[in-house]
Amino acid sequence: MSNFELKAENISKVFGRRLIFKDVEFLCPDNGIYGISGPNGAGKSTFLKIVSGIISPSKGTVTHLIEGEKIEPENLHNFIGFVAPYVILYDEFTAAENIHFFSKIRGINFTQEKFDFLFTHFGLFDRKEDLVKGYSSGMKQRLKFIFALIHSPKILFFDEPTSNLDNSGKERVYQTIREESKSSIVIIASNEDSDLALCSSILDLNKYKHSGSR
Amino acid sequence: MSAFALFKKDFASEVRTRYAINSLVMFIVVTISVILFSIGNEKISDFLSGGLFWVVIFFSAMSGLSRAFVSEEERGTTLTLQLIASPSTIFSGKLLFNLILVFAMNIVIALLYSALFDAFVLKNFSLFLYAFLLGNIGIAIASTLIASIIARASSKGTLYPVLSFPILLPLMLTLIDLTKQAMDGITFQSSYVELAILGCYDVVMIAASFMLFDFIWKD
Amino acid sequence: MIWKIALFILLAFVSIAGIAFPIVPQPQHWYEFPFIMGLGENAKIIFFHVPTAWLTVIAFFMSTVYSVKYLRKKDIIDDIKAHTSAQLGMVFCILATITGAVWAKFAWGSYWSWDPRQTSIFALLLIYGALFALRSAVEIEEKRASLSAVYSIIAFITVPFFIFIMPRIMRGLHPGSADDTNAGTVVNFKMNGNMLLIFFLSLAGFTILYYWMWYVGYKSTLYKEKLNKNYY
Repeated sequence: MSNFELKAENISKVFGRRLIFKDVEFLCPDNGIYGISGPNGAGKSTFLKIVSGIISPSKGTVTHLIEGEKIEPENLHNFIGFVAPYVILYDEFTAAENIHFFSKIRGINFTQEKFDFLFTHFGLFDRKEDLVKGYSSGMKQRLKFIFALIHSPKILFFDEPTSNLDNSGKERVYQTIREESKSSIVIIASNEDSDLALCSSILDLNKYKHSGSR
Repeated sequence: MSAFALFKKDFASEVRTRYAINSLVMFIVVTISVILFSIGNEKISDFLSGGLFWVVIFFSAMSGLSRAFVSEEERGTTLTLQLIASPSTIFSGKLLFNLILVFAMNIVIALLYSALFDAFVLKNFSLFLYAFLLGNIGIAIASTLIASIIARASSKGTLYPVLSFPILLPLMLTLIDLTKQAMDGITFQSSYVELAILGCYDVVMIAASFMLFDFIWKD
Repeated sequence: MIWKIALFILLAFVSIAGIAFPIVPQPQHWYEFPFIMGLGENAKIIFFHVPTAWLTVIAFFMSTVYSVKYLRKKDIIDDIKAHTSAQLGMVFCILATITGAVWAKFAWGSYWSWDPRQTSIFALLLIYGALFALRSAVEIEEKRASLSAVYSIIAFITVPFFIFIMPRIMRGLHPGSADDTNAGTVVNFKMNGNMLLIFFLSLAGFTILYYWMWYVGYKSTLYKEKLNKNYY
């Protein structure tokens, strides 16, 4: 089991004139469930995008390590699974087509068993040949989980993972999170108490909002 | 290959939605019609027809080649692509799509043009063919790179020709000159330098594109 | 302070020398210039037109250099420096185009004739215009800096192609192009010693002026930015 590590040190982000947060430290040395909390507008999504390498911080460094070796940004994408309300899938394709295309583009193959298992687990097996255009928001959310998990990533980022889901959907997500945290790092950004209850440690972004000098 | 898979995705998407093709075909028809109407019954010189040929190509390119990046940005799937591929894969895939599009588009334009304009007669056809080949590659490379730039800006439609024109200008001038030489029936030997310029442009542009794309793509 | 006064004196001298020194067939005194075939009195514009053209290219080059620096270090100050240089370059480009057109009218009869050098300066004008259009179309500061840096670099790469293909493509009227036989003296720097001196003084003076304007420009933009962001 490969050991994945995430180190985020002195992270600050500024948008134009607005300081979002300053000098945040976030370390994930081992597998498990880590939480990021804060009210709306605290910058949870921004922080998640920074530590997953999607956007760059204004200051500070983010390092991803596997077996102690640093992963270069160009190669990072295949180690990561990302679920968020702002992840959009191609609605002119069916769910199955989306997943097939993504895997081909990633260059990672999946077994048919894994494919079937994920679609069944998230309750989309019957609808996998339907166009995503016709999906409800809850179905799209569940498809995003399949998108994030099919390539067996080592680190998972979930931004508001239970949005748009009913209770059984939520349960299945929690089940997945617990299962995945045994072999990978799971990071959840949310303000739902039930989401954050799963986390072993929580980073409160609200504490890093003020720079100290105004 | 990942880039080829991205191309196939774009191709399949285009076949299904016909996002760009429809308007592109109509655009070509309209542009050529406008030129035909404004010429009326006048006879135009062969040099003029050669120049106009590349004008039609330029504006058609401006109409169709931004789709590769702009459609992703408009739908919000840029993030999705960032999550599944490295920047060089993205650029290669989009470039491949635009290459195919440029060649398809320009062959159609060339056929329509030679049918409709009597003055457009190519004595040295193979020279034109080489120029056409190298030139289209250059147009595709530069246009794809600029398309990725404007996809991140506002007023994309008007900004695209404004940014592309200076970059494509050396290419266009050389192509117009080579077309004239092909029409005059000038031999290959004396046009060697112009063809070399086209080749150089292609090589330099593609090297620069791959180096610079990372900075455009990653936030 | 001293060198600002020195610069003022230098440019004042150059301007007066450039405009007032008479052009006579047989120069007797040190302040007289010889007659150049094909140009006559209008030769004096060389002291002003060539420096502006020279400066617009220098400004573009410096803009590209700072663009490369920005992409490496992501320090917004480099973007400010590049942008200031581009603004100056645009101003000088417009001046070069106008002075060039004026010279063209007197020397060749028409303001614009798509001579290779005229076309090149026009292309540079288009590049600057495109760069500013791009900057005004991007709101986010870092993105604006990255995108304009990339565009500057790409535009700079196409410049050698221009310089190279222009003479091949077009036969021109400009001194120094393929079939120009008269103005060899101007281009090959076989000008009379006095003219040469004033010419180089003008070039030097304008270059220092550019540097000074650029320095003041980027510093003022920098302070304006710092005043707005008072937490950094």
